[in-house]
Amino acid sequence: MSDKTEQNRLSVFKTYKLYVGGKFPRSESGRVYEVQDSKGKWLANAPLSSRKDARDAVVAARKAFGGWSGATAYNRGQVLYRVAEMLEGRKGQFVHEVAHAEGLSKSRAAEIVEAAIDRWVWYAGWTDKIGQIVGGANPVAGPFFNLSTPEPTGVVAIVAPRESSFLGLVSVVAPVIATGNTAVVIASEKAPLPALSLGEVLATSDVPGGVVNVLSGRAAEIAAPLAAHQDVNALDLTGADAELARELEIAAADNLKRVLRPQAVDGEDFAADPGTHRLTAFLETKTVWHPTGSLGASGSSY
Amino acid sequence: MPPAPAFADVTASDSTLRRFLHGLPGVDTVGLEARAASLGTRSIKTTSKAYAIDLAISMIDLTTLEGADTPGKVRALAAKAVHPDPTDRTTPRTAAVCVYPDMVATAKAGLAGTDVKVASVATAFPAGRAALDVKLADTRDAVAAGADEIDMVIDRGAFLAGHYLKVYEEIRAVKETCGEQARLKVIFETGELSTYDNIRRASWLGMIAGADFIKTSTGKVGVNATPANTLLMLEAVRDFRAQTGVQIGVKPAGGIRTTKDAIKFLVLVNETAGEDWLDNHWFRFGASSLLNDLLMQRQKLATGRYSGPDYVTVD
Repeated sequence: MSDKTEQNRLSVFKTYKLYVGGKFPRSESGRVYEVQDSKGKWLANAPLSSRKDARDAVVAARKAFGGWSGATAYNRGQVLYRVAEMLEGRKGQFVHEVAHAEGLSKSRAAEIVEAAIDRWVWYAGWTDKIGQIVGGANPVAGPFFNLSTPEPTGVVAIVAPRESSFLGLVSVVAPVIATGNTAVVIASEKAPLPALSLGEVLATSDVPGGVVNVLSGRAAEIAAPLAAHQDVNALDLTGADAELARELEIAAADNLKRVLRPQAVDGEDFAADPGTHRLTAFLETKTVWHPTGSLGASGSSY
Repeated sequence: MPPAPAFADVTASDSTLRRFLHGLPGVDTVGLEARAASLGTRSIKTTSKAYAIDLAISMIDLTTLEGADTPGKVRALAAKAVHPDPTDRTTPRTAAVCVYPDMVATAKAGLAGTDVKVASVATAFPAGRAALDVKLADTRDAVAAGADEIDMVIDRGAFLAGHYLKVYEEIRAVKETCGEQARLKVIFETGELSTYDNIRRASWLGMIAGADFIKTSTGKVGVNATPANTLLMLEAVRDFRAQTGVQIGVKPAGGIRTTKDAIKFLVLVNETAGEDWLDNHWFRFGASSLLNDLLMQRQKLATGRYSGPDYVTVD
């Protein structure tokens, strides 16, 4: 009898939702689309975001920017490390989703998820070190201290990689927020589930609402209004194909957004050592001149 | 000034006034809120939206009522009222600038030569806890400094205690002080009146006493203008005109921050009071941050690109 009940049990399917401003809304449009695994089998329905969802996400990201960029680098590092802890706890779910999305064996998917978590920790460590790498004291021909420090660019719209649904996603999101930017991420259109689940992890790990906003749907539909949006400061086109990237870059020129073009035509190798270029892509340099007073004339009193 | 003839017997004594106000039909709370909510679901797009945005901008009483107001801030606000969006001179002007009485002269100077009005709060705003002499002196000062409109607060304590005639007399006295120069807006502070029945009574009391506008709130308490209480007041001015032929304006104030909200209120106006009220002589928004959102939406309609806070002034 008990065996029979077990067999007849209806499994509870998960309703995947967007992650915007720390909340989990459905798409404003009410639309969803079918997400399939690599063999064409139905996995789940994901929200099909509209441009209004994109607009709401930008509002949320802008609202979060002050607090997140103003937090100390050390604090941001702690918060990001906490995300890695939460990811570790939900590894099973991500392995499952990545295996289905990318058509991989469980063990290969597990390797990828572990690499992604390690990548997250690696970027968490960079939060309070990037300033030393790209900032510093500049020698100037005058009695001044001249100091350059990196500042976050602002709200960054990210077109996440199409193929690498989790490692690729982490590799583009973590460096953006590590330096104090806030992000609106367009998940991979065909494999959005790991990204939507990442939203759930972020919601439970001290990352303030709005710092990362995850949208799923058609990149072409959501990315265009984001690229033209006057309140978006930068654009990461990693997941855009050549034609879309070209269109978006033109739209982004109107308010001089910082744009990161896709690195390679056939996609980036996210398993490789990422280097710091994604950290430095969305930074502005602030330079402060400060008079040294009598330093030159009568010896240092500092 | 004699009361409107239709109401001479009503205002004869405290008890006749109470009988009249308590004889008004009770408000169906659920029905009112459902009606306000359903009117809020109308979809206003493209050319209608452009019309609504320009209309809403032209209806704003651009307000600064802070202890920290400086002449500089008031001047900046006046400049913004005249040219809300300096990059687009087709943007309509706001209806008025709303300030404390001591800032009226500054605002007046900033708006010289334009049709933008100066509104001043008076009568011991926002609490209204002062003697009648003080309230009248406050009003006189504002009018003398050149205010075109006076926003008075009613004595909520007296109203809630049932001393309707006292409230009535006070409104009449302030109205008299305004004279021909200034239109009088009467603020009920609906958030402190507890019930919709009270809001309906206050609306009629204000209208009988000679208000030119009835206004929801000061913006200084937790609950300010809501679609439901504004709908109720719109019904009151509609019924009042049907009964007396006198048209009275409505001004929701406080808490209206987005274009979406503003358009909801305009739908309420059109569907309740009617098109006659879709004019800044008869309907106003008491707001400050609303204007920036309207301007951003206006820029979006003009360019097709979502705008941002970097492209409007910081107030």
